[in-house]
Amino acid sequence: MILRRLRINSIKIAGERSFAIDQARGRLVLISAVFMLCYMVIAARVIDLTVIQGHLGHERTASLQDSHPSATAITRADVVDRNGVLLATTLKMASLYADPALITDAESTAKGLVKIFPSLSYGDTLQKLQSKKHFVWVQRNLTPHEQYAVLELGQPGLGFQRTDRRIYPQGELSSHLIGYTNVDNHGLAGIERSFDRFLGDGKPLTLTIDIRLQHALRREVQKAMSDFTAKAGVGVIMDVANGEVLAGVSLPDFDPHKAGAANSDAIFNRLSLGVYELGSMFKIFSTAALLETHGSPMSTTFDAREPLKAGRFTINDYHAQKRILTIPEVFMHSSNIGSALMGLEVGTKVLKDFYTDLGLLTPMEIEISEVGKPMVPDPWGDVSTMTASYGHGVATTPFQLTSAVSTIVNGGFFVKPKLILGADNDNKSDLRIVSPQTAESMRKLLRLVVSDGTGKNADVPGYSVGGKTGTAEKIGAKGYDRKRLISSFVGVFPMENPRYAVMVMVDEPKGNKESFGYATAGWVAAPAVARVVSSMGAILGIPVRAQNGVPEISASLKKYVRFEDE
Amino acid sequence: MKLFSRTDQSFLGRWWWTVDRPMLAASLVLIIFGVVLVTTASPPVAEHLGLGQYHFLKRHLVMLVPALAMMIGVSMLGRRDIWRLASVMFVGCIIALIIVLLTGMEIKGAQRWIHLFGFSLQPSEFIKPAFAIVAAWLMAMQKTKEKFPGNHVTAGLYALVLILLLLQPDLGMTVVVTSIWVSQIFLAGFPFRILIGLLLAAIVGLTLAYFSFDHVQSRIDRFLDPASGDNYQVQRSLEAFENGGLFGTGPGQGTVKQHLPDAHADFIFAVAGEELGLFFILILMAVFAFILLRGFNRLMDSDDMFVVLAVGGLLTMFGLQAMIHMGSSLHLLPAKGMTLPFISYGGSSILSMGLSMGVILALTRRQMRSGIARGGVSVRSSQSVERSAEGKA
Repeated sequence: MILRRLRINSIKIAGERSFAIDQARGRLVLISAVFMLCYMVIAARVIDLTVIQGHLGHERTASLQDSHPSATAITRADVVDRNGVLLATTLKMASLYADPALITDAESTAKGLVKIFPSLSYGDTLQKLQSKKHFVWVQRNLTPHEQYAVLELGQPGLGFQRTDRRIYPQGELSSHLIGYTNVDNHGLAGIERSFDRFLGDGKPLTLTIDIRLQHALRREVQKAMSDFTAKAGVGVIMDVANGEVLAGVSLPDFDPHKAGAANSDAIFNRLSLGVYELGSMFKIFSTAALLETHGSPMSTTFDAREPLKAGRFTINDYHAQKRILTIPEVFMHSSNIGSALMGLEVGTKVLKDFYTDLGLLTPMEIEISEVGKPMVPDPWGDVSTMTASYGHGVATTPFQLTSAVSTIVNGGFFVKPKLILGADNDNKSDLRIVSPQTAESMRKLLRLVVSDGTGKNADVPGYSVGGKTGTAEKIGAKGYDRKRLISSFVGVFPMENPRYAVMVMVDEPKGNKESFGYATAGWVAAPAVARVVSSMGAILGIPVRAQNGVPEISASLKKYVRFEDE
Repeated sequence: MKLFSRTDQSFLGRWWWTVDRPMLAASLVLIIFGVVLVTTASPPVAEHLGLGQYHFLKRHLVMLVPALAMMIGVSMLGRRDIWRLASVMFVGCIIALIIVLLTGMEIKGAQRWIHLFGFSLQPSEFIKPAFAIVAAWLMAMQKTKEKFPGNHVTAGLYALVLILLLLQPDLGMTVVVTSIWVSQIFLAGFPFRILIGLLLAAIVGLTLAYFSFDHVQSRIDRFLDPASGDNYQVQRSLEAFENGGLFGTGPGQGTVKQHLPDAHADFIFAVAGEELGLFFILILMAVFAFILLRGFNRLMDSDDMFVVLAVGGLLTMFGLQAMIHMGSSLHLLPAKGMTLPFISYGGSSILSMGLSMGVILALTRRQMRSGIARGGVSVRSSQSVERSAEGKA
């Protein structure tokens, strides 16, 4: 009985146990299913991170690297001078970058890099190396020696990328005309900027510049500046026949490799962007206007005995003769009174139109984008006509003035400044501005200034230099400032058949012992032009004119001139 | 492999033919993965800590010897030996946990370690398998002896362990122990309704934990909103997976370990992701899944409640720990200090896992289960011997 009960009991227990086991098995399946579900979610997440996000991430980095300049297949083309001398070229160089994620020891790496590149600061470098990016530039354009030193560090997080670097073999020599590029080789100034696409497409450029003349011009402008402790200086050599700029100097200048470090004064292009009241050099244009439009004979006189009242102004002569002057006398003594009277004689509208025809009153056309807008009196009344006749109240760029002078002396054909050498090498225009007669008279007058007038210091024996001085007072706080001058000279030679115009402008020269304290154009700019002309004669091999026997071109004007010693 | 003949009736021979050899192989595969990953992941961490480059690797290899020995050794034990061992260990661990609370040193904001023979041991690692086995035994007891209040005793023990772990505080272990216990009462036939009630209670508990423990709160905050605070390790970990891609950077070529203080332990999965890539990660996960499925599948043939509960609990612990570790480094779960079983560096973790796997292997040996389906006479006879022995006890 007991046994039986025990048996039933044990069966019952066994039954319960097997039920419990069955239930447990069912639930085991459930637990397994939950686990597998969770593992699948995790696997999906791993796939999401590694393939979807990881892959896309890598594509992002890849596209980032594609945009680097080194990836562009075409190298930026060369710029050469008219004789094929290299002015700008592109070299392949190694640039150093870091992948901060791969840098194992940022501190010691930064220390090592600072030792190799003293220009880097430790703090900045360390910050770069500890950043969360995968690509940071450390130093651009390494020398092979520096590259070797970086490799010596043995740091896997540092790498090199081949980059193109713009190199200017002539340094600062023509920095304002050629311009410069940024680190990504995009032109920011000068020819580099205006022909950015062109050069970027791999097409080379030939400039009108002759780097030998450029060198001579820069040397002489520099000398004039240092002799007279001037602030700035400008020099232009132009082919009068076609306006080709053979040399153009704006000082102070800058190293185009380090344009970013240069100050704005050095970067400023005084040749084409700076506009200046250039003073008496404008008498060339007012005199030409009188001869051209009125056909006045050289004997025409102007009363320069008394200063001229013109509205608020009183017009004085710097080299006062205090007598009645003929046209050649007005020109050679640079009489402001005489020129003002000439201007009045020409008339406001005619003078203004004449200046406009010469391209003096509108922004010039040139192949660089740094172009200054001339300052023109507005409204232009008779007083403006008078001042504009001797170069005050009108401000232009040195390039404009030189090309306007070229237009007058080359026989009267309009030229504008050119920097790109034309394919046919002949930029001559047939747009006539003044008659051959006027041009001829102007040549004589210009020669007279150098042979007997204010520009004697510009004379170079054998080259028959003609020219005109220009001494302008700069505008200060209270009107024109007698102490702060812009002294300039535009020379043309040889006067019998003009080929070259040479212009030198010196900003705020101070008189020295040799100039007896004078800081005027005749003492500052004229000698500089003379030195440039003699250098040009040597460089270009210009034949010297026989001096004995052949009369000076200006000789025929002497009869209109009364000399003091006579 | 003809290491042992089929008819070899020696102790080792019987063990070889009865033990779950694929499961054993899978465990060894994980251990090899672990050695590779600790080799590549630990040197930068060791250098950061000013220890020798191979400090962690050496210790890992040294700890593998006792861990493997324990795994093989325990897998040879019978079920009675196992629960006896577990009971002793459970009591020892409870005492150790109390000692840790009283004297233990504080590392990373928690008191978890005690020093023993030059090694620092983490009693909470060992209490998990011990608790799983003891609880399984007690619950299985209730199935055979109706009067025995096994379930209630396990609840009491669970509460004790819970309190000791929360005092450390060690929320990760708490979650694991809770999961073990819940999975076991679930397998033991606990009604669904009450289980859902408990689940709600767990949610309430977690909410309470959120408001009463600063580090839990900050971790959950960081998980929910990465911008709210320092989520450095997880962000680095995610970058590692992205960096790894399909095939990885190759062993030793990864960079994430330079930046992860726990690259060799709590974030070793990220190192695996970066250096081995998606395919190896999936293989690794497949090995984990294989161990789980294989284990659960073998339980389907068993009619021994103790085996089902103990192995079920241990497999849950194993699978859950791996899941939390992976989930943390993938930003699917809040960052939780959890080792990846058999792979992460960590002496206590490796030893505890060796022990747990040993128990799983021991309890799933062929002779341990009913031979009804197999019908083999010799098997049945050995079974009956076991049964009668049990009956006497």
